[in-house]
Amino acid sequence: MSAEGKAIRPAATGYIGQPVPRPNARRLLEGRGRYTDDMVLNRMLHVAFVRSPYAHARILAIDTEAARAVPGVAAVVTGRDIAEICQPWVGVLGHFPGLKSAPQYPLAVERSCWQGEPVVAIAAETRAIAEDACEKVLVEWEELPAVVDMQTALAPETPVIHEELGDNLAFGLELKAGSPEDAFAKTAVVVEETFSFGRHTGVTLEPRSLIADFEPGERRLTVHHATQTPYQMQDVYARHFGLDEEKVRVVAPDVGGSFGLKLHVYGEEMATCALSILLGRPVKFVADRLESFLTDIHARDHQVRARMAVSAEGEILAMDVEDVTGIGPYSVYPRTSAVEGNQAIRLMGGPYRMPNYHGVLKVVFQNKTPTCQYRAVGHPIACGVTEGLVDMAARRLNLDPLEIRRRNVVTAEMYPHTSPTGYFFERLSHEECIAKIEAMMNYSSLREEQARLREQGIYRGIGFATFIEITNPGPAFYGVGGARVSSQDGCVMKLEPSGRVRCSVSVTEQGQGTETVMAQIAATHLGVKLDSVTVLTGDTQATPYGGATWASRGAGIGGMTVLRAAQALRGKLLELAGIILQRGPETLDLREGVIVEADTGMARMDLAELGRIAYFRPDTLPPDFHPDLTVARHYVPQGLPFAFTNGIQASHLELDPETGLVRLLDHWVVEDCGTILNPLLVDEQVRGGVVQGLGAALFEECLYNEAGQMINGSLADYLLPMASEMPDIHVDHVSTPTQFTPLGAKGVGEAGTAGAAAAVMNAVNDALAPFQVSLAQMPFTPERILRALGKIPSS
Amino acid sequence: MKASAFDYARVESLEEVFALFAEYGDEARIIAGGQTLVPAMAMRVAAPALLIDISRLEALQGIARNGDRLRIGAFTRYVELQHSPLVAEAAPLLHRAIPLIAHEAIRSRGTFGGSLANADPASEMPACALALEAVMVIANAEGERRVAAADFFQGLYQTALEPGDVLVAVEIPVAQDGMQGVIEELVRRQGDYAMVGLAATGKAANGMLSGPRFVFFGVGDRPVLATKAAEALADGPISPEHIAEAQAALAQDFTPLGDIHCSPATKAHLARVLLGRVVSRLLEHR
Repeated sequence: MSAEGKAIRPAATGYIGQPVPRPNARRLLEGRGRYTDDMVLNRMLHVAFVRSPYAHARILAIDTEAARAVPGVAAVVTGRDIAEICQPWVGVLGHFPGLKSAPQYPLAVERSCWQGEPVVAIAAETRAIAEDACEKVLVEWEELPAVVDMQTALAPETPVIHEELGDNLAFGLELKAGSPEDAFAKTAVVVEETFSFGRHTGVTLEPRSLIADFEPGERRLTVHHATQTPYQMQDVYARHFGLDEEKVRVVAPDVGGSFGLKLHVYGEEMATCALSILLGRPVKFVADRLESFLTDIHARDHQVRARMAVSAEGEILAMDVEDVTGIGPYSVYPRTSAVEGNQAIRLMGGPYRMPNYHGVLKVVFQNKTPTCQYRAVGHPIACGVTEGLVDMAARRLNLDPLEIRRRNVVTAEMYPHTSPTGYFFERLSHEECIAKIEAMMNYSSLREEQARLREQGIYRGIGFATFIEITNPGPAFYGVGGARVSSQDGCVMKLEPSGRVRCSVSVTEQGQGTETVMAQIAATHLGVKLDSVTVLTGDTQATPYGGATWASRGAGIGGMTVLRAAQALRGKLLELAGIILQRGPETLDLREGVIVEADTGMARMDLAELGRIAYFRPDTLPPDFHPDLTVARHYVPQGLPFAFTNGIQASHLELDPETGLVRLLDHWVVEDCGTILNPLLVDEQVRGGVVQGLGAALFEECLYNEAGQMINGSLADYLLPMASEMPDIHVDHVSTPTQFTPLGAKGVGEAGTAGAAAAVMNAVNDALAPFQVSLAQMPFTPERILRALGKIPSS
Repeated sequence: MKASAFDYARVESLEEVFALFAEYGDEARIIAGGQTLVPAMAMRVAAPALLIDISRLEALQGIARNGDRLRIGAFTRYVELQHSPLVAEAAPLLHRAIPLIAHEAIRSRGTFGGSLANADPASEMPACALALEAVMVIANAEGERRVAAADFFQGLYQTALEPGDVLVAVEIPVAQDGMQGVIEELVRRQGDYAMVGLAATGKAANGMLSGPRFVFFGVGDRPVLATKAAEALADGPISPEHIAEAQAALAQDFTPLGDIHCSPATKAHLARVLLGRVVSRLLEHR
């Protein structure tokens, strides 16, 4: 008992709030990550796809004979071939009444509905051979008129994409609270604008990839899959291929980013599994960048006509919005493409006391890549519209943009508070965040500098965006609608004979540090050292059942399962120690991995000794005592359908009125994610999210021509935000822990993305204010800015 | 995105290149730095039967000054140009242009001759070659010939290179005393192809510019020498009115072609802005 003799004091908060680095960061930086594409299985084949060159076309005939004859080709399959073993899917859910979509197949069967939709799948010894064979497939097409512009998708002269659905309206929703008509009729100040958001996509560093490995003897399907949600995919594969759920194993190795796009069902993934089932061999699919641009979900394709009624004192009285969003030809399975629009119109005006609201949502089909949930789902739309209107009102009333926000945010004494769209806020901290950012950015001297520079012909802009963020979703998100998407999570924790602790948890890691945070919680609530905890995630055969990682639920929900498991295992460890030491367990404590006397802190035995006795000398324990050194606990989100966080962002930029180029100078974020579990990881989440929002504001846009062809499907033409253009991003926090969990953490994954683009928009318009022009179409390209300035003719 | 199968030959002499061209015809492609060709092959836009690797050819290496001419081997990588004191002294425009090309990894692999032979109208090197009045040294089985940059660039990815030709070197007149070289481009992100770029040379003295050459890139199917704009600046000390006249004269020099990010009108406007800025820089000796 080496630990005996010294005294150990109880830790105040353990590892919670400590900036501990990620143990996996070094491994990944050294190139020792093991991503799906790094795996090579025996007899493995590679798949490539023949894709639709048209946005909308009928398949008249497919001739695969020449492709089959290419040496090294194992199989060439069409949509009809795969439909025989794979049930089609329809992306609708019960809690979106009226949402409709058409059956979707892994490969197009009769028609292709967007450019890039997979039509024929070819499995071959190498990807290059599969691509050779793709070039030899002859598809006879009849091009059909394509629905490209979402604004005319519902017009009577526009063709209906799925005739059986009657029209191109996938989903409609109207919300009303208070008396918005009265508010607009009575107030003096009404500001109005049409906001356009560029359709963009997630662009993960690691593209979508999987290896499907079907073993015909026992009909077992193992899928090594770069996914956020192993259990959801296990369920999908089992049901759609008619396999026993327990015989489907989904393993997520290292995953290189996800941002929401790696939890949807894609035809390529289903076709890859189908090929493995048909051939009885492992089949790998790794999307190349062009395939990613054409088939990864897109998002944010919204146009919003919006107005806001404001009193002469700057009080926001009402908003009235009509949001039209184009989602491509199908609602994406299994979470649906109604969610983004639904959240956008419900989040409108969210930070403010605004009593009256009217919102209309029209979700329409079009012949473009399907859209679905991408980081900060709907938030940038709602934030952009709301914050854009707030700044317009401030300008009209000659109010400072921070002042108008201060006058309107929901204040401390109002909590708990319910928004006009029905969102329930436990407690937010808008006032503190505003005060903090004002000091942090040295606001008044920044304004002075701005005025001084304007006299020299230098046009700088300062823009704010207050935001709220949805996190920690419970069953209300998908389960109530009939989706088999779990909202609970689980953790199995065990003591190893070495005295170390192994923790398997159903939330997953995509590079954001989930495993580190879980280890911090486990070590803290067990009373062991952080480096003695190993966390395993991402394997349906080795972790408990759970919803995994999306919508900022990893820390808040996953963390609670770990906390509960740690408390339970700690009880078992103390019980065992009490028996060995012949004392009441209540007189003992576990600190830094050592059993100590609770009152004196005197060390009595370490966990390795406990493990040795429990596992190898249980004969020394009393009869009928069975040490349970493995525990399992689950956690169901309590109290709220989902949680909310809040914050404010500010952008400082310089606009060149001759070239229309915008240079980002600084960006500030103050946000409130409740308890900060790990400040390094929280700040990384905020900064990474901000960068994606800055991409939306200045760079990213999926460009389509009139025929529905995406014309910038490469990293040379689709402009991602790069390090050289990024400003310093200053992050600070207010902490209002949720009272619904002892952990207090509320989630932080969406915050940066939610508000960054709106802050830039307001800063651009602040810089343009001396010219009496403004912009409401993202991204703010040089051409759009020059057009607004009248330097070039408007198109 | 995997290239189709191809043969590969790393040659030791120009004669070997000519022999391979004779055997494979236009199915053979020379690979230099591979920064354009390799992605094109991966995308299957290009599918040569044979790649001829010229990285070992002595004749295509090296930077040397021969009297009033600077000779740069076609295989010289950007990174070598960037760090060459000879280039900095004899062709300051080129020295200033290199950091604008893409990113460091690309500059470590990409070659001067490769960029010229590829003749991407949005690239910096063809514009610099035209501004500097470079001469291309071209070899084939019959012998060697020289083609002026003005005759070399013939259209979108089109040059005076014939089947069987190898671009061996580029000769550039050494910058005379007081000759300035300035390059500016308007990019949304560092390293991107320019929305509009301008490579210029000229001698500034007493508020006047003598012999300026303004070559725009990213505006058409090849680098464009703006002669009318230069003429507008010819008489006397340059005033803001002169610059405005030169900017207006650009409309006679070229009508830009648009691309996915910029309309022709935007490019025309940006070209005028760039011209004004570059003239000011030339006059300031920067």
